[in-house]
Amino acid sequence: MVDIGTTRVKRGMAEMQKGGVIMDVVNAEQAKIAEAAGAVAVMALERVPADIRAAGGVARMADPRVIEEVMKAVSIPVMAKARIGHFVEARILEALGVDYIDESEVLTPADEVYHIDKNSFTVPFVNGARDLGEALRRIAEGSSMIRTKGEPGTGNVVEAVRHMRTMMSQIRKVQNMSKDELMTEAKNLGAPYDLLLYVHENGKLPVVNFAAGGISTPADAALMMQLGADGVFVGSGIFKSDNPEKFAKAIVEATTHYEDYELMAELSKGLGNPMKGIEISSLTQNERMAERGW
Amino acid sequence: MKVGVLALQGAVAEHMKIIEMAGEKAVAVKKVEQLEEIDGIIVPGGESTTIGKLMKKYGFDTALKDFSDQRKPIFGTCAGLIILAKEINGTKDSHLGLMDILVERNAFGRQRESFEVDLEIEGVADNFRAVFIRAPYIMDVKENVGILSIYNGKIVAARQEHLLASAFHPELTDDPRMHKYFIEMIREYKSQRD
Repeated sequence: MVDIGTTRVKRGMAEMQKGGVIMDVVNAEQAKIAEAAGAVAVMALERVPADIRAAGGVARMADPRVIEEVMKAVSIPVMAKARIGHFVEARILEALGVDYIDESEVLTPADEVYHIDKNSFTVPFVNGARDLGEALRRIAEGSSMIRTKGEPGTGNVVEAVRHMRTMMSQIRKVQNMSKDELMTEAKNLGAPYDLLLYVHENGKLPVVNFAAGGISTPADAALMMQLGADGVFVGSGIFKSDNPEKFAKAIVEATTHYEDYELMAELSKGLGNPMKGIEISSLTQNERMAERGW
Repeated sequence: MKVGVLALQGAVAEHMKIIEMAGEKAVAVKKVEQLEEIDGIIVPGGESTTIGKLMKKYGFDTALKDFSDQRKPIFGTCAGLIILAKEINGTKDSHLGLMDILVERNAFGRQRESFEVDLEIEGVADNFRAVFIRAPYIMDVKENVGILSIYNGKIVAARQEHLLASAFHPELTDDPRMHKYFIEMIREYKSQRD
């Protein structure tokens, strides 16, 4: 009996990305630079988050031509973003043959109440989360990979750190609870009981947990790995830096050897300027992408 | 006995869990020096281009060839199979180039075509649940390579003396039989060396 699109096949794909860096790219040339630097996957976009911020207006799924161009350029997996709740954009991406769909707060949400029913897709999904409850709600909808939301396009790691610390501390708390406390905790977190039970028994999410949203230097990547991330997404941080090739390579190495400070000191020498970055408190509430979705 | 798992990128923790389930000690290998303390190593699934680049960067390309020259067993799964192959279809490059096999990358299609199926694997099991994720397969082998499993006419597991390779991911199930087979290989070659 051959089965496609099983939970194991979808989650397993994310397991293979562990310890790696997934990079945002907007064309074939950038995709090739990312692959040559050792990226484990690329996210094909029309604009990186920093430019989406700058452009304003409604951000939608990328032009399929851009996605196809990237798919043809590299042999590593290609991901693409659909708007939160926009299951038709997601079906189009699935038809294009992308390897993973990011139901992403970087784009303007299409639905303010419901997320996509991801269990009904053959292609796996990655979703952002700020805490354990949000992560488990997305997993129950069928997400096969979780990443912190962070604050995309800012080059500022502070929100990603907040989300990862929140999630890890909640996981440790749930792990140490007695079983009779779990149902109340499920109610408080707004999380499905069976998934919370899994976290209690295993001390981790049932899927891979990456860091994303504001990572822009090798040290940022290593910081997120030490806080418990399984890998990192770098959006604007690579191609908005002075020297994308060097930055990409250095971030890949720092993610593998995140405890080797001598190596990182070496890697960080003469890298040039990272992306400029935005102080989070200077953003108005409606400019904060992390607030999108629930 | 200590079994290493090359820990540069990919599904490292899953392999370590199954090695321990099979009753042996697992070591995550990040540095070349660690190869001295282990008796066999698994090159896990992940992205072969990423793993290949990092291997070269840190000298694992030559160190693992020496490891193999000492007849210490190596088991490559999915990306690891590509790393072991002497020939990769469509490119002149290879990584370790240890096994006399020709492989095709992403040979079953993209992620949406990824699948799981029950396989017969010679010497291992007749009903092994095998998970294929953007998997490669072996297009051709030299006569010194033993074919262990075929799916849809394609070679998906093979052994050449102390080298073992599978196109699927035995670490993604709770079935330790493939890992036990590899551990037996390590034991066999260890006793020959001692």
